[in-house]
Amino acid sequence: MSRSRSLTIGAVISLMILLIAAMSFIWVPYDVTQLSIPDKLQRPNWTHWLGTDHFGRDLFSMIMVGARTSIAVALLAVGIGIGLGVPLGLAAAARQGSLLDEVIMRTNDLIFAFPSLVIAILITALFGAGAMNAIIAIGIFNIPVFARVTRGGALSLWQREFILAARVSGKSALHISVEHILPNVSNLLIVQGTIQFSLGILAEAGLSYVGLGAQPPTPSWGRMLADAQTMVSFAPHLAIIPGSAIILTVLGLNLLGDGLRDLLDPKVRKGRG
Amino acid sequence: MLRYTLKRALSLALSLCLASVIIFAVVEVAPGDPASFMLGINAQPDTVAALRAELGLDQGKFARYLAWIGGMLSGDFGLSYTYRSPVSDMIGERLWISLPLAIYALVISTAIAFPTGLYAASHRGKAGDVAVMGATQLGVAIPNFWFAMILVVIFAIKLRWFSAGGFAGWEDGLFLGLKSLTLPAIALALPQAAILSRVMRSALIETLSEDYIRTARAKGLGKRATLWRHALRNAMIPVLTIIGLQFSFLMAGAIIIEQVFFLPGLGRLVFQAITQRDLIVVESVVMLLVFAVILVNFLVDLAYAAVDPRLRDRT
Repeated sequence: MSRSRSLTIGAVISLMILLIAAMSFIWVPYDVTQLSIPDKLQRPNWTHWLGTDHFGRDLFSMIMVGARTSIAVALLAVGIGIGLGVPLGLAAAARQGSLLDEVIMRTNDLIFAFPSLVIAILITALFGAGAMNAIIAIGIFNIPVFARVTRGGALSLWQREFILAARVSGKSALHISVEHILPNVSNLLIVQGTIQFSLGILAEAGLSYVGLGAQPPTPSWGRMLADAQTMVSFAPHLAIIPGSAIILTVLGLNLLGDGLRDLLDPKVRKGRG
Repeated sequence: MLRYTLKRALSLALSLCLASVIIFAVVEVAPGDPASFMLGINAQPDTVAALRAELGLDQGKFARYLAWIGGMLSGDFGLSYTYRSPVSDMIGERLWISLPLAIYALVISTAIAFPTGLYAASHRGKAGDVAVMGATQLGVAIPNFWFAMILVVIFAIKLRWFSAGGFAGWEDGLFLGLKSLTLPAIALALPQAAILSRVMRSALIETLSEDYIRTARAKGLGKRATLWRHALRNAMIPVLTIIGLQFSFLMAGAIIIEQVFFLPGLGRLVFQAITQRDLIVVESVVMLLVFAVILVNFLVDLAYAAVDPRLRDRT
């Protein structure tokens, strides 16, 4: 698949999921908290486009509201990663080789060594299951990722003439980092942000699946899958529909990330030609 | 090489020390006293205090940390709060499921990724490459626990080739044990195979554009021979890194897959221990997993240095 095509397809899928999530704030076909046992376990039909679950709840409505949960958790987790990781990466690059740089980078290496899912489960289980703790648990592991990407991008910039000029003119390291380095690493951050966003969607689904994500009655895709597990042999649509929603979202974001990397990273662009 | 090894070993020891402090601190600051949790909400304060003393929870944090870490170094992981049995025995039993599962998944992932990555790289830009890359995009996007459910429906419920869950045990032979780990291993391996295949492809493509490959081709070496003899060997470094990293993903990823298949492995143990506030089990299992990851990375580093002297000199 050509890169520009992956950008287009990725952007269309991602936008569609975002729109569905946004729309759920103003309109859903059915109330997701309303149980209707006579309508339970319906296959997709004209009244219930994606069918109903074992409580007779409309699956399409649940997917819409579930999108909101997934996106909110993954997006805020990316926010934590950028909010803390980027300043750390900038500081490490500004003081390359210093004790600060060494401490930041070694701590990063250490966090990478932790099995993220186990720690996320540990945090959510010990501090209480819920969307907020899921965000923190996923977000913590985004910090070293963004710190590393920022440091890597910033290090090469510090050698460039325009940065030298800024230094000669007497600007402080902080000033240069914010004014000159940050805008120039933003492309890298956008690409990495898209990737971490899609990983966050998967992580949120995993946590919700084991009951540690958003709590009922808030629908979430992972929890829908957990509920489906015992009924999957006679009502496969209960598993196929939320699973497809997760796959489509992650696929869309990954394609978008690939496309953006090509669009924004001149090295890749040059390498292709 | 000796100096390099010593330096890496020192860094390994330091990482392990720091990791143990972090794990202990996370578990310590978590709300919920294990003694109160075990005795229930109606327990008398003096009963709770007595149990705290019995479990050693009345000692200072630093003393407990030292006792825990000292015990671990001598192979004594302490007693489980909930079951009152040695944690090392509990871990030992479960390791016989989780470790073979992770290795099995790693073998499947590598067996899928190598030929597909190789094929895609040698057919770059052609229909086969596009198909493989499309499949890997999908592979990365599929949550492994969902894939596990689908595998159960198809191969356990519809076709009845495998059981839907549980572990047959190794006592009845290797075949039955491996059979009950097959579906979980496939589910675990799929996303890793997709990642590895992509890494394999890009590493090979990068190597194939090197000057020495062009020289080999110019000297009349066939395309296939160049690929096998020169490109593949040099593309192995990034591939080995990813395989090393994947081991940790597989050990950790098993925590959810073990839930899907009701496998009594380390993942299920740690999950149960977390919900029962059996903190000593939680600390020990997490520490063991972190140790495994750091050790594997250390070994991968040494392996690099052994094959590529430049890496030794750099540090």
